[in-house]
Amino acid sequence: MEWFQTLQADFYLNFIQDDRWRYLWTGLGNTLKITFFAVIIGIVIGVVVSIVRSTYDKTYDEMQPGPGRYLLWIGDRICRLYLTVIRGTPVVVQLMIMYYIIFASSRNSLMVAVFAFGINSGAYVAEIFRSGIMSVDAGQFEAGRSLGFNYVETMRHIILPQAFKNVLPTLANEFIVLLKETSVAGYVTIRDLTMGGYIIRGVTYSSFMPLIAVALIYLTMVMFFTWLVGRLERRLRNSDH
Amino acid sequence: MTTDVLIDVNDLQKHFKGGAIRALDGVNAQIHRGEVVVVIGPSGSGKSTFLRCLNLLEKPTGGTITFEGHDITDPKANINLHRQKMGMVFQHFNLFPHMTILRNMTLAPTKLLGKSQKEAEEQAMALLERVGLSDRAGAYPSQLSGGQKQRIAIVRSLCMEPDVMLFDEPTSALDPEMVGEVLEVMKELANEGMTMVVVTHEMGFAREVGDRVIFMADGKIVEENTPEAIFEHPQEERTKNFLSKIL
Repeated sequence: MEWFQTLQADFYLNFIQDDRWRYLWTGLGNTLKITFFAVIIGIVIGVVVSIVRSTYDKTYDEMQPGPGRYLLWIGDRICRLYLTVIRGTPVVVQLMIMYYIIFASSRNSLMVAVFAFGINSGAYVAEIFRSGIMSVDAGQFEAGRSLGFNYVETMRHIILPQAFKNVLPTLANEFIVLLKETSVAGYVTIRDLTMGGYIIRGVTYSSFMPLIAVALIYLTMVMFFTWLVGRLERRLRNSDH
Repeated sequence: MTTDVLIDVNDLQKHFKGGAIRALDGVNAQIHRGEVVVVIGPSGSGKSTFLRCLNLLEKPTGGTITFEGHDITDPKANINLHRQKMGMVFQHFNLFPHMTILRNMTLAPTKLLGKSQKEAEEQAMALLERVGLSDRAGAYPSQLSGGQKQRIAIVRSLCMEPDVMLFDEPTSALDPEMVGEVLEVMKELANEGMTMVVVTHEMGFAREVGDRVIFMADGKIVEENTPEAIFEHPQEERTKNFLSKIL
């Protein structure tokens, strides 16, 4: 039983002594804060960008020439540029650019991280939503228009609810990825969950306990969210038996 | 049948690939109030394109369509308002799968006509009663048979109280045993005086219910006349040829 006693001592040293568990606890809080607000920003950006992109794809060729058509063209180009840049560079680099260059004067690293991860996630969410919009049968759009709904109303009442349902599993996966991606927040001095474990390791010189604990906490959260999304999916599936 | 012109189509053109394909090539037609016009023709003749141009689901390349005195091909015309008065039934039903039958029917009237939910539901239930589907009000489209879906699609359009109903091959996607129930609803609608433009392969329906039959081929109207005249004494060679193949 010697190994068990070692384990016990190890546990005490890493979590109990000097209340070191607090590093994990406040770290977890920061991780959840960043993820939560980044998800919201990501969805907002994603919805807007995907609507601009799919509206362009669906209607540009048929549109009357005029300022509206020109604006749509500009909007589409901006969205494409955004997608290319964000998806073409690593999130850690984006995070550091945000912190050290764009928001260099801000000391609120948590807020900077929220923006960095939100803007990053928005690009992926946009493409997920766009594939969802494109996956809805063209007949649905025609049915909406033939009843007298305009483009926006048809999108809102008929296309987007179906698109959302279609992409829910993929969207859930994106948020799980985001939750784990925030683990690089330590690069800009944020004490998130990963950083919490890293700090403990720096103090106690033991790797096993803090790192396994951090991994287990991430795993538990991901399993919980997976379960939650599964329930939501089952509820939304009620309409297709 | 009155002589009041509801839809006036003048030199309608629909080209694809910069004019290389002429789906519609100078179509002139008038739809009178209370009339049932059946459009027949071989596949690729442009009959569906013609129908879809009437409510501008397809944008014509040239020509004009006047609906209730308004030129709806004018870019300034508010097509959304005119479409409220033109119901359309599709080959593939196009019910909204994420809504119950009742919601499918009340969505447009509540959002577009400003009806209260209660008012719209009462109207929808009355229409469901008429087509014998009031017990399915709470069901989702995926729980219905094809024939039921198409009957729902018809009454969903009727909820907007349209002045004309456009049918785009409404029975082509149905199993044979379900064709009758849909045609029955359409026949009733015709008897009530609804103006209808029907693209179909159901010659029996054309003969029995149609006031006028338009035969199209190669993007043009080849011949139009009463059903008796078209089916018993077709004048044009194309018409005779087509009818000999399908009758």
